[in-house]
Amino acid sequence: MHGARKAFACAVILATTALTSGQSFADEEVNVYSYRQPSLIQPLLDAFTAKTGIKTNVVFSDKGLGERIAAEGENSPADVMLTVDIGRLDTAKQLGIAEPIKSEVVAKDIPSQFRDVDGDWVGLTARARIIYASRERVDQTAITYEELADPKWKGRICTRSGQHDYTLGLIASMIVHHGEAETEKWLVGLRDNLARKPTGNDRAQVKSIYAGECDIALGNTYYMGQMETNDAEPEQKDWAASVRLIFPNAEDRGTHVNISGVILNKYAPNRDNAMKLIEFLTTPDAQEIYAETNFEYPLTPGVAIAERVKGWGELKPDDISLSEIAKYRKAASEMVDRVAFDDGPAS
Amino acid sequence: MTSAERFWQIAALAVAALVVFPLASIGWISFGGAGEVWSHLISTVLPRAISTTVILMLGVGVVTAVLGIGTAWLTTMCRFPGQKILDWLLLVPLAVPTYIIAFAYVEVMDYTGPVQSFIRQLFGFHTSRDYWFPEIRSLGGAIFVMSVVLYPYVYLTTRASFLIQSASILDVSRTLGASPYRVFFRVALPLARPAVVVGVSLALMECLNDIGAVTFFGVKTLTFSVYETWLNRSSLTGAAQLAIAMLIMVFALLWLERFARRKQRFDAGHSKQRQPARFDLSGWQAGGALVLCLVPVILGFGVPAALLADRASRRLNDLLQEPFLLSAWHSLSLAAVASILTVVISIALAYALRLRKTRPLVMGVRFAAVGYAIPGTVLAVGILVPLAALDNFVDAQMKAWFGIGTGLLLVGSGVGLVYAYMVRFLAVSYGQVEGGFGKISPHLDMASRTLGRNASQTLGQIHLPLLRPVLLSALLLTFVDCMKELPATILLRPFNFNTLATTVFEAASREAFEDAALPALTILIVGLLPVIYLARTSASSFRTRTSTRGRKAVA
Repeated sequence: MHGARKAFACAVILATTALTSGQSFADEEVNVYSYRQPSLIQPLLDAFTAKTGIKTNVVFSDKGLGERIAAEGENSPADVMLTVDIGRLDTAKQLGIAEPIKSEVVAKDIPSQFRDVDGDWVGLTARARIIYASRERVDQTAITYEELADPKWKGRICTRSGQHDYTLGLIASMIVHHGEAETEKWLVGLRDNLARKPTGNDRAQVKSIYAGECDIALGNTYYMGQMETNDAEPEQKDWAASVRLIFPNAEDRGTHVNISGVILNKYAPNRDNAMKLIEFLTTPDAQEIYAETNFEYPLTPGVAIAERVKGWGELKPDDISLSEIAKYRKAASEMVDRVAFDDGPAS
Repeated sequence: MTSAERFWQIAALAVAALVVFPLASIGWISFGGAGEVWSHLISTVLPRAISTTVILMLGVGVVTAVLGIGTAWLTTMCRFPGQKILDWLLLVPLAVPTYIIAFAYVEVMDYTGPVQSFIRQLFGFHTSRDYWFPEIRSLGGAIFVMSVVLYPYVYLTTRASFLIQSASILDVSRTLGASPYRVFFRVALPLARPAVVVGVSLALMECLNDIGAVTFFGVKTLTFSVYETWLNRSSLTGAAQLAIAMLIMVFALLWLERFARRKQRFDAGHSKQRQPARFDLSGWQAGGALVLCLVPVILGFGVPAALLADRASRRLNDLLQEPFLLSAWHSLSLAAVASILTVVISIALAYALRLRKTRPLVMGVRFAAVGYAIPGTVLAVGILVPLAALDNFVDAQMKAWFGIGTGLLLVGSGVGLVYAYMVRFLAVSYGQVEGGFGKISPHLDMASRTLGRNASQTLGQIHLPLLRPVLLSALLLTFVDCMKELPATILLRPFNFNTLATTVFEAASREAFEDAALPALTILIVGLLPVIYLARTSASSFRTRTSTRGRKAVA
């Protein structure tokens, strides 16, 4: 019994030190809940701290942060939440956790089509959903999303899961343009053209082209930059070298784009600092970091697209509204289930 | 009921309530009224998810049973070179979490991985179209990777059963002319059936709970569908409803396990026997046995460990860097606190039940064990919602009465995290502790009480000292499970807080395998501790059982 009591006392001491060692409360700080990779946003947060002296605290998760804010309610420590796509921004809006962002700086920096009508969310960067095509086996230089259902691509297309945010965004945009019935037919066609069951992330699709498993793949633009510059795992440079980018529908309505964005928590405890961070992220300085180190498309007019990104081709964005896309996300998700997209081609 | 007994009843009920609370909150959320989502789930998602889950569980069940029983039989009933080492080596894959093994096998089996590169070089192929190669990211792949790390559960329980099987029964069957095969199939295996069921149901519980491997492989199990429903249709209600569907499966498994254990207790009654004569293997039989036992160890531990070690060796300078050390420290300290608390709670529950089996307590304990099978993130939300509500309530009361806000005391402070681990892993430690209590003769309690000790003193002076080895193994198992835990940790952790598991997750989610290798390897190595301990104690308890036969009979 004595031993147990001692062990218990040790445990309590351990716990207190462990749980407090992570947090050191500076006077000026801002708390960030992030759906985005820590390594991708760290350069931006570091630049913010360097400029303002405000310390940033981060929790990264790929799931459930919105629900966490909602549950924490008015005592929530979160000031801002960063997301990877429009779906999560819209979810936050529906959860009622967002405070409208009212800022002249933001209004000036970010064009209105990348902001929520009520100001509940603000876009920070854009990424285009493009086609990676094998340099060896694909001659075509232009393509449309519609064409992906054409039987000529049978057994030649790779993609990640239909239930992933990025795929859902694309399918939702197809619903906006063509209606549900048409889109479902298209999705069935695309499914039957797949070379294999949808798995892996965007980078894995490029690897599959490199491996010869498929000829074209859907993916986001910035992965190309990440692979081309990956010194830690140089074999990825070979994968990147095996493909080129085609911007779909460049000759008609334009390529589907999604955004990463930010919301301000309704109960943000450090609201002033949170506003400073949001405004900072829309400034040309921060947008340049997004463009140069993350290979994303900056949203602030006048900030140049990175040279490397320019080299991939010119982006003509599809200009349907993002709120419209968010509205059909649920329908898209149910459609993916209905046609059993993730089971791969019906054989 | 004496006052000490009443104390234990109340304490145990309070603890059980604490553990059942998040589960009740998930049930509550599921009634949130999402009829429209539910009809979609029933018509499209549920049938497929259930059939996938059932196939996965069948596959894992069969493969773990074959591997577990086969290796247990060979190591307990036969003698061949290497058998003593294999005895504990076979447990080693237990140290590998499913999300790490899945990750490792994709690296190994992928187009650019060593296996396929070798095949291409050997046959002069150029692209993947030139040859057929099994896709690891599939249902079959999931069955494979899960089975090679989960079979030790079956091995462990079956081995114990073979060891205590009455030697005379086996010897009699042999003198009556039964061949080794006949002894195995007609006598030993039927006797070991309850133990096999216990082991398989444990393995299946882990399999049902896994989210890392199935996400990685795109295998749409119920757990996976819970996440998709929640994230892509913004329906926590729908997710909670699916989680309830999962709970039904879990209850079925738990019932199966209980049922099996009931029979097992019956067996154990007359087991104080000598070890039956082993079959001596030689020549190709010995070689075959050695290979058969080595294969699961290599697949379940050797391959992933070698790969991780290779990759980690390129990043050895991370070892002394602050981020790694800090996350290791977080992992160790959190797991230590949570596992100690969990074991203490298990003791309270098991002892209260031993004192008096009241209905509410029996129900409470049974529900409390269910936390083990709830997908981590859903459990996290189940904890988050009531805990934050409590925090906010306290805060409001404090403001109203004293004018001081307390903010969120529990959520995001790490207390929530410890709470989640407790709820999640209570079943692991409780099973061990309960089993330990079961082996202590009730006569001891009676003697102690007759000699004037009350219930609490009896626990402290009689039971706990006797339970020490059991408590230690419960502690170690829970500790490792806490350290491996990923989904709840991600969601409930405080700011700027990384554990080894979350570091692996973050690196893996940006496909940086090399960055993930060192923390993953550390998890594996720490996970080996309980395995080695278990192996040593199970070996030594076996030795004491055989050597102190006479004394025990007197006691």
